[in-house]
Amino acid sequence: MSLEKQDVQKIAHLARLSLSDQDAEEYKHSLSSVLDLVEQMQSVDTEGVEPLSNPLEATQRLREDVVTEQDRREAFLSNAPLTESGLFLVPKVID
Amino acid sequence: MNWEVVIGLEIHAQLATKSKLFSGAATSFGAEPNTNTTLVDLGMPGALPVFNKEALRMAVMFGHAVNAEIGMTSVFARKNYFYPDLPKGYQTSQMDHPIVGSGHLDVALEDGTVTRVGITRAHLEEDAGKSLHEDFQGMTGIDLNRSSTPLLEIVSEPDIRSAKEAVAYVKMIHSIVTYLGICDGNMAEGSMRCDVNLSLRPKGQQEYGTRTEIKNVNSFRFIEKAIYSEIERQMDILEDGGKIVQETRLYDPDKDETRSMRSKEDANDYRYFPCPDLLPIILEQSYVDDIKASLPELPTQKAKRFEEEYSLSEYDSGVLSSSRAMADYFEIAAKVSKNTKLAANWVMGEVSKFLNQENIEINQSPVSADALGLLLSRIEDNTINGKTAKDVFQCMWLGEGSADEIIDKKGLKQVTDTGAIEAMIQGVIDANPAQVEQFRASEPDKRKKMIGFFMGQVMKASQGKANPGLVTPILNKLLNG
Repeated sequence: MSLEKQDVQKIAHLARLSLSDQDAEEYKHSLSSVLDLVEQMQSVDTEGVEPLSNPLEATQRLREDVVTEQDRREAFLSNAPLTESGLFLVPKVID
Repeated sequence: MNWEVVIGLEIHAQLATKSKLFSGAATSFGAEPNTNTTLVDLGMPGALPVFNKEALRMAVMFGHAVNAEIGMTSVFARKNYFYPDLPKGYQTSQMDHPIVGSGHLDVALEDGTVTRVGITRAHLEEDAGKSLHEDFQGMTGIDLNRSSTPLLEIVSEPDIRSAKEAVAYVKMIHSIVTYLGICDGNMAEGSMRCDVNLSLRPKGQQEYGTRTEIKNVNSFRFIEKAIYSEIERQMDILEDGGKIVQETRLYDPDKDETRSMRSKEDANDYRYFPCPDLLPIILEQSYVDDIKASLPELPTQKAKRFEEEYSLSEYDSGVLSSSRAMADYFEIAAKVSKNTKLAANWVMGEVSKFLNQENIEINQSPVSADALGLLLSRIEDNTINGKTAKDVFQCMWLGEGSADEIIDKKGLKQVTDTGAIEAMIQGVIDANPAQVEQFRASEPDKRKKMIGFFMGQVMKASQGKANPGLVTPILNKLLNG
């Protein structure tokens, strides 16, 4: 399976990555070869095999419903470039 | 053309856990911004989620309540999208293996008909934070208190055919989750939110039309109004030969219209995949069975019991069991007063009227169920009549004391002395000779109507304190001379 350059740009956009035209050209080939490998794997007969969601043969550990964490807002906010009234500030987004 | 409306609903119910779905932060509503957050909720690198046991139990309870298959193995998946109030860049949700599989609900409508709504699935997921677009130096403020709050997303089949059915279904889900105690049901605070998927098709056509999704409608009334306005919008387009664009829309209650939010085609690429940070949840049959055995009585079961145990009508039983608080209030009042019919009428009548006037819930009523029961027992034992009881109730509502105190203080005790009543009636007859003559000259079937006049006069003379049950026979005797 081979990707077009616009497919690569779309994937990049979904991941919010900016790619130069040259990069996109390069990734077109490298990503396509990954997909080729997947295609090859798809020829394996998986009839009756349950899809695997996790390779570990373990089940999820559960937590009691108890509040264990205290307010550490000041420490968290101190990592952010801009804050106001206890809020993180980000460039304006209106959907 | 005759159009058929096809509606499917997605309801997000916030689970009433103390801590978050994947962290030990509190879930309390209205906390100062970003004070209920942890490294996990902020999406800090290396922070790992740990799943809340109680959220799992609540989801399984819901599954049982809607007759659903329980997912014995369920898997968390990542739903990937970028938005500043989702710092991880993905929402942890469920896709292929939800905790609750397909089930159904039988929804009773106001006209008594029952319609079955299929439930496709209900899955656990975390909520995102909140973006505040007010002016913060021209920027957007982010509050992550809500981030990782547990949600149960309940997805219905497209089985709903009208706004009324949609509202009845949402009310039923609301009543189930509040009965189960798994969600506080507070729609104004966003504890329950509803997305409406709606399309039209020519009546008789099998194939569905193109649908739109109205996001985040947060009251029963707005659900109904949003549906009506979207039906009208789509119908106008279709009748003009146009095409519906598949998109997300927002309902604006002030203008009573929906408007476009974003078109779905390019937004819909969520690239779900199993979350590598969380292992599959595997349930044991005994765990699932124990939860089923411990379910409380649900609204439909309660309504059925009210019908059988108290001989109430289907409608009354439905109204009284619609919320657990109202059902409990009614049952206490009925027990104390020893007259279930009277208690039912009062809870649905006076009590509801006063609650509506002040826009409060029954558990905030200034008159407790016990106090109402005592008032009603004074009607039962003929201390006061129903009309006086309404005045007493109003005084009780205003905090003037118990029924007995008010009856005593205001001298409202009914006159039950037949001699005194007879004297009063004689007085009324003497004072109204013309009406008496007219009454005696009338046909017997007309007299029934005319007796109301005399009854009114007697009540006036007694200041409402005469016992109507005693007045009627004496009045009849004296009038018929």
